[in-house]
Amino acid sequence: MLGVCLRGAHATVRKNCVRSPLTPLQSYRCYSTSRSSGASRVVALGLVTVGGGVGGTLLYSKWDPKFRAAVEKNVPYSDWLLGLALGPAPEDARLPVRKQVRSGGEHLFTRKCKECHKHADVSETAAVASAEPLKERPVDEVTARLVQQDQEEEKLLASLSSRLEDSLASSAKATLQAIGAQEVALQAVTQHTRKLKDAMEAEAPSDEKSTQWKELEAALAERTAAVKDATTTLSKANEALEGLKSVINQAKGQKVAAARPLILAAEENLHQMVVDLDKVVSKVRSAESEAKVVSQYTELVNEAKQQFQREVSSLTPEIQANWKGLTGKLSVDDLNALIAHAHRRIDQLNRELAEQRVREQIHIEAALEQQKVEDHKVLDAAVTTAMGHVKEEARLNLEQKLAELREVMEAEMRTQLRRQAAAHTDHVRDVLKVQEQELRAEAEQVLNSKILDQETRYRQLTQEQLDNFTLDMNAAYARLKGIEEAIDSHAVAEETAREAHQLWLSVEALSYALKSAGADSPSMPLEDAAEAVRASCHDDFCSALASALPQESLQRGVYSEASLRARFNALRSLARRVALIDESRNSLYQYFLSYLQAALLFEDQQEAPPSQLSGADLDPFKLLSYASYCLEHGDLELAAKLVNQLRGEARRVVEDWLTEARLTLETRQVVSLLSAYANAAGLGTTQAP
Amino acid sequence: MSEKELGKKWDRCLADGVIKLGTGLGLGIVFSVLFFKRRTWPISLGSGAGLGMAYANCQNNLRSHYLQHRIEAVCFRTASCW
Repeated sequence: MLGVCLRGAHATVRKNCVRSPLTPLQSYRCYSTSRSSGASRVVALGLVTVGGGVGGTLLYSKWDPKFRAAVEKNVPYSDWLLGLALGPAPEDARLPVRKQVRSGGEHLFTRKCKECHKHADVSETAAVASAEPLKERPVDEVTARLVQQDQEEEKLLASLSSRLEDSLASSAKATLQAIGAQEVALQAVTQHTRKLKDAMEAEAPSDEKSTQWKELEAALAERTAAVKDATTTLSKANEALEGLKSVINQAKGQKVAAARPLILAAEENLHQMVVDLDKVVSKVRSAESEAKVVSQYTELVNEAKQQFQREVSSLTPEIQANWKGLTGKLSVDDLNALIAHAHRRIDQLNRELAEQRVREQIHIEAALEQQKVEDHKVLDAAVTTAMGHVKEEARLNLEQKLAELREVMEAEMRTQLRRQAAAHTDHVRDVLKVQEQELRAEAEQVLNSKILDQETRYRQLTQEQLDNFTLDMNAAYARLKGIEEAIDSHAVAEETAREAHQLWLSVEALSYALKSAGADSPSMPLEDAAEAVRASCHDDFCSALASALPQESLQRGVYSEASLRARFNALRSLARRVALIDESRNSLYQYFLSYLQAALLFEDQQEAPPSQLSGADLDPFKLLSYASYCLEHGDLELAAKLVNQLRGEARRVVEDWLTEARLTLETRQVVSLLSAYANAAGLGTTQAP
Repeated sequence: MSEKELGKKWDRCLADGVIKLGTGLGLGIVFSVLFFKRRTWPISLGSGAGLGMAYANCQNNLRSHYLQHRIEAVCFRTASCW
């Protein structure tokens, strides 16, 4: 179109420019008319407008997807164009749907999905297609996800609980073991100390002493073993407890809500075990400290004893260690020395005692201080442990309270949520009811229209079917009729064929009857045959023919040609003899003359008749010879015709023959006609293959 | 049989002739013997008459067919015959 415009502009320019041999380039500059520039200007303006519009639409649709969707919906083929120019439409309709799917419960989904459906309507079809399955699926998906989450939680919980239980069990076992061991150790220690004390303070004979010492050693060994055992078990228990703590921490770290009571219980158990263990450990330590004291005391005592023993031995080397049983063995000197030593020792001890009494207060103070310090330490330790325990207990209580509170809060939240959910369900129910009604109305309408359509289609189809059926029926009926007619006509044809056959047979019978003529006798009377022919005749022609048979032939029969021929031969001579006789000449003389003529005249026995008889041919002799010839050649008709030309007496003489010949000819004619007719009828009815 | 008619006629003629001739002859003879002193003329007369009558009869017989018609035709025309 632009080319056409330009060409038009060219043409106008060339026309209007005065200087004709201009190049096309120069002709452009010929501004003699404004039409050319105006046209191009209009065209350019139009192009610019269109281009601007298209570009603006493209840019704006790139920026605003809703506009793009609107354009695509309203302008055909624009989606292809926009897809080509900008790429496919962004599919952000999906994400909010998915988030919404993840967040709420079942009731929220349908609403959210309606929103997302509305959202999807605006955007492209792909988003709709993706949103629609979301709309269809979120409930199931979320329930599945929830179920999956629950399952995961349960699994986690199960694993956690199993782990906790395991670790709890192991730690409990270990702790119990440790406690048992500690108790055993305690028992051993106490026993040992007791024994030691007993051993120290008791004044038993040496045997018992030795057994006592042995027992003591055994007790000591037992104690050491028990203590070792206790320490190992304690370490094990500590390890187990550490393990349990770590497990608990891990469980805490996983933040499974349902595991909290378990964790709490485990923590409590842990705490309890730790407390028990600490108690037992403290007991053991106190026992140990007591044992240490006792052992120190025993050591001191032993040392003193040893000292004394040394002194005594230094004094009296013969005296043995076991001085209790030495009452009778010592001498007076020894005894004196011993007593002196003893007195000295007593003095010393008194002095030491005095010293001690003096320093008692200091010592007591120091001891008190020490004790205070120790007590402090112990107190601190105890306080710290107690604090720790109390803190732990408090923490546990807090946790328990927190758990309870959380439960309560959760219950409350649940009730609130339930309330909200109930309110929501009510609202949703109302909305759903309204929607249901709307949808039902719509659906009913659609259904009605569809039913109407279906009904009309059904009616159409049934009508069609009926028409087809009627057509088929008509066709079938027509065909049936045709078939019937064909059959009838067949039957009729058969009937006619049969009749024709019958006729033919009867005609054959007739012709056979004709042939039954003997040499001189006529044939049988053709009455029966003619009757048969008449009977088998069913139309006028045939019956006319059948009734056209001469009466004579019916009653008497007809002569055969041979007999006629023979008769004619006999007749001929007679006819020759009376050839001259007629009305005018019939005297005897004429007879004589005639006889003479016959005797004297010689003609051809047989002469072929000419096609036309002239006057000369009417001579009887000639006629007779012609007739003879005809007869010899089987032409009875011509012979009869010729014989018919005889006049006078000859004629009278051959009259009978002539009638017979006529009869025969007639009959034969009728029969031949009938036969021809029968043949024709038969041929007519015969179906050509 | 029309052809046998002639033969029949001739037979009759002959028979008639013979009869008439015989009768004539006889009568002739008789007459000649009786009345005419054995002259021959009654015999010949009788025979002649007989023959003649036979001839006439024969002729008449032979003609009869044609005459009948003529008589009938004549009668018919003249209307004078009874």
